[in-house]
Amino acid sequence: MTELKINGHVITVNAEPDTPLLWVLRGELKMVGTKFGCGVALCGACTVHLDGKAVRSCVTLLSAVRDREVTTIEGLEGQEADALRRAWTEVDVVQCGYCQPGQLMSACGLLKNNPHPTDEDIDTAMRGNICRCGTYPRIRAAIHMAAGIT
Amino acid sequence: MASMKRRHFLSYSAGAAGALVVGWSILPPRQRLMPGSPLPVAPGQVALNGWVKVSPDNTVTVVMCQAEMGQGIHTGAAMLLADEMDAAWEQVRLEQSTLDRIYNNATVIADALPFQPDDDGYGRRALQWLARKAIREVPGAIGTGGSSSVNDLWLPMREAGASARAALIAAAADLWKVPASECRAESGRVLHSANSATFGELAARAAQMPVPKNVELKDATAFKLIGKPVRRIDNAAKINGSAVFGIDVLPAGLLYASVTMCPTFGGKVARFDGAAAQAMPGVRKVIAVDAYDAGLGSAGAGSGGVAVIADTPFHAMRALKKVTVEWDHGPAAGVSSKNVIDGLAQMLDHHKGNVDYKSGDVEAALKSASKTISAEYRVPYLAHAAMEPMNCTVQFKDGAATAWLATQDPGFAQRAIAKVLDIKAARVKVIIPFLGGGFGRRYLLDFLSQAAAIARQADGAPVETIWSREQDIMHDYYRPAFVSRHQAGFDAQGKLVAWKATSAGSSMGAPSFLDGSGKGAFDTGYEFPNARIAHQPAESLIPVGIWRSVSHSYNAFFTESFIDEAAVACGQDPVAFRAELLARKPRLLRVLQRAAEFSGWGQAPAPAPDGAKKARGIALHRCFGSVVANVAEVSVDANRKIRVHRVACVIDCGFPLNPNLIRQQLEGGIVYGLSAALQGEITVEKGQVQQSNFHDYAPLRMGECPAIETDIIASAEHPQGIGEVGVPAIAPAVANAVFALTGQRLRTLPLKLT
Repeated sequence: MTELKINGHVITVNAEPDTPLLWVLRGELKMVGTKFGCGVALCGACTVHLDGKAVRSCVTLLSAVRDREVTTIEGLEGQEADALRRAWTEVDVVQCGYCQPGQLMSACGLLKNNPHPTDEDIDTAMRGNICRCGTYPRIRAAIHMAAGIT
Repeated sequence: MASMKRRHFLSYSAGAAGALVVGWSILPPRQRLMPGSPLPVAPGQVALNGWVKVSPDNTVTVVMCQAEMGQGIHTGAAMLLADEMDAAWEQVRLEQSTLDRIYNNATVIADALPFQPDDDGYGRRALQWLARKAIREVPGAIGTGGSSSVNDLWLPMREAGASARAALIAAAADLWKVPASECRAESGRVLHSANSATFGELAARAAQMPVPKNVELKDATAFKLIGKPVRRIDNAAKINGSAVFGIDVLPAGLLYASVTMCPTFGGKVARFDGAAAQAMPGVRKVIAVDAYDAGLGSAGAGSGGVAVIADTPFHAMRALKKVTVEWDHGPAAGVSSKNVIDGLAQMLDHHKGNVDYKSGDVEAALKSASKTISAEYRVPYLAHAAMEPMNCTVQFKDGAATAWLATQDPGFAQRAIAKVLDIKAARVKVIIPFLGGGFGRRYLLDFLSQAAAIARQADGAPVETIWSREQDIMHDYYRPAFVSRHQAGFDAQGKLVAWKATSAGSSMGAPSFLDGSGKGAFDTGYEFPNARIAHQPAESLIPVGIWRSVSHSYNAFFTESFIDEAAVACGQDPVAFRAELLARKPRLLRVLQRAAEFSGWGQAPAPAPDGAKKARGIALHRCFGSVVANVAEVSVDANRKIRVHRVACVIDCGFPLNPNLIRQQLEGGIVYGLSAALQGEITVEKGQVQQSNFHDYAPLRMGECPAIETDIIASAEHPQGIGEVGVPAIAPAVANAVFALTGQRLRTLPLKLT
């Protein structure tokens, strides 16, 4: 039994300590907004925040989470998140949408640290998030737009 | 509901013919308004036809027969119906269709027939008519593919909306005792002088009214949604984590399966030891699984394997590592992609191929030419690598099944699952969530059949079988490798007089009489005085299947690269050279010329941010009824790596239903095609794919993605394809730009400078 803080709630989970956070979320807690893409931190689909920083939940073991605050797409809130969601809609970013929770978690992590990122900052921060639908130019535009809103 | 069955109205007669001129060759043989059996409805909800239901709370539920895999069809299709119905966009909800035959997509098949797009002869029209008639009657032929959805639904869904509007107006007229002609519909209400009622208030009465006889479609000037950049209807769900993809379904009592498959194509389990896995926490069963193929004529065999069924996905995954398997690698164990590709080249030494197009006497023209050039091009195998790995959930209980599957092909999927479970297809209920990317992979049936076989062992519990990314990449049905040889001849004035092209490679799955392997080579629109364009079919044990833009994905690279070589050989500008060959093809010519103008062709591009010199290349291509041109701006970095900075893309896709969706698809197609052009390559050794995840099968990332500018040609013609058309012309545009920059002609994909 492990106690986790997820999206502001304390939740007790049964998963073994070697279980990746991704599968605790998806398998045990049935929180399926966080996506499985590659299993080895190559694609970013599983990105969540740990104490406000973007991490890949597919390689973050439950034992490493412990008392830290976990935020998933379902609980992503605040000024940056609101601005990003507004921009994502204005720019019509999504296509298939499967990678987008991870894209938004990474983008939000970026804006929290760097409210006015350059193209280069965006390319660096978003490098770990793959999109096969090719939404990259719109993601970049939406991050700039969100930076202007906040 | 009984009254609904009687209301078979609206043939493509008075109303439709009044507003639209349609040739007999594209008339569907049967009307598509009313389904064979009534739509399922919620309490109080009323179905006005097979495409739309109205609820007392005034929500309008539009029935979606096409899968949403990113291409935006849910938005586009709903716009067609809502506009003609005069529903308010905000009241529109979506629901998956049944597998009734009115939803069959005949366009995907009819358009795949190997004819010249310009061919308006009786042969083409007759065969297309027959194909449409045949497909209309095939149960469950509801495919989402071939960039055909809007093309196919443009009339039926508009007519369904117009018919619903007419029924609601008739109901209001009946209620208020006024002439229907004096009533109008607007934003989900019917209005007459002081009277006003919502669609929801009128729906029950509308369903009881006599059949509307003359339903007229709107003139384009009256469109409120159609033609407008309406935002995607799935935006909200896809940015708050609530969108349900195939992998996200959560039926009660759900179990999970992980599977390991023989790494060699067509291999199977010789023996395995599952005892250690069985002892792991949460494990329910460890079972051997047969090999299942992709169906639909796709060549190559799937692989057998071992599956672990457990209570959580991680328990299944972790226990799977404890399984020891001895594989029977089977006949593909000696296959290498290098040998297959070299074999294709050797084949072209000895075979002339089947002629797809012929004009004049190409051999004589080559013999008498003042100058000739020749070249050989090669493209590799490619995986689809959709972001959502292959998965499928099946529950088999009491002789019936429910399948939750992200598929492009629900009818065939239903039959494949029924076959594995040994039950009638009608006993399989198919639920289609969002698809986390399709690209053709989700047309295929191998992983669905496998999931059904695993669920069969689960004593009635639903089981979600999830492939790892490694399984997804190593057990794909790949875009086939191709080799193509080209010759061109020029007269003393430097004019092109001969064009000869012969390709060799495997068909992506169509039966041989429909083999579209040459599409994109023989139907380009270029008018060559003497030409021979042929294709030599080849077979290998490497599984191949349809991949976004199918044969256009390689034929555009061959043709548009060699056209560029021909322009260079006769010292002409690549745009001017193409324009001469398209002098009598105004639609192609207009796209070409607009692309030149839009991209700044003829003016030197500004240097790259690091000061490196840039150059442009152009490619033009016609596919899925649309014409597209790309101009790419490239530079080369200090490590001789090709960088693409900007792509200007112009399209004529007929009437642009939603410019925003069109731009999205062009951008997406270009990025997908560019990933393949610069980095995409699947290699096979000893019958096993050598790539396994995104480190060695690497798509483009944010920083490698060019700026993409799109321009849509205004058109009033029937809407054509969009989902795939961005892909084909990007590789040749980049290769041609690299030549312009470096003088090095790259004839093999992926493009690498030496």
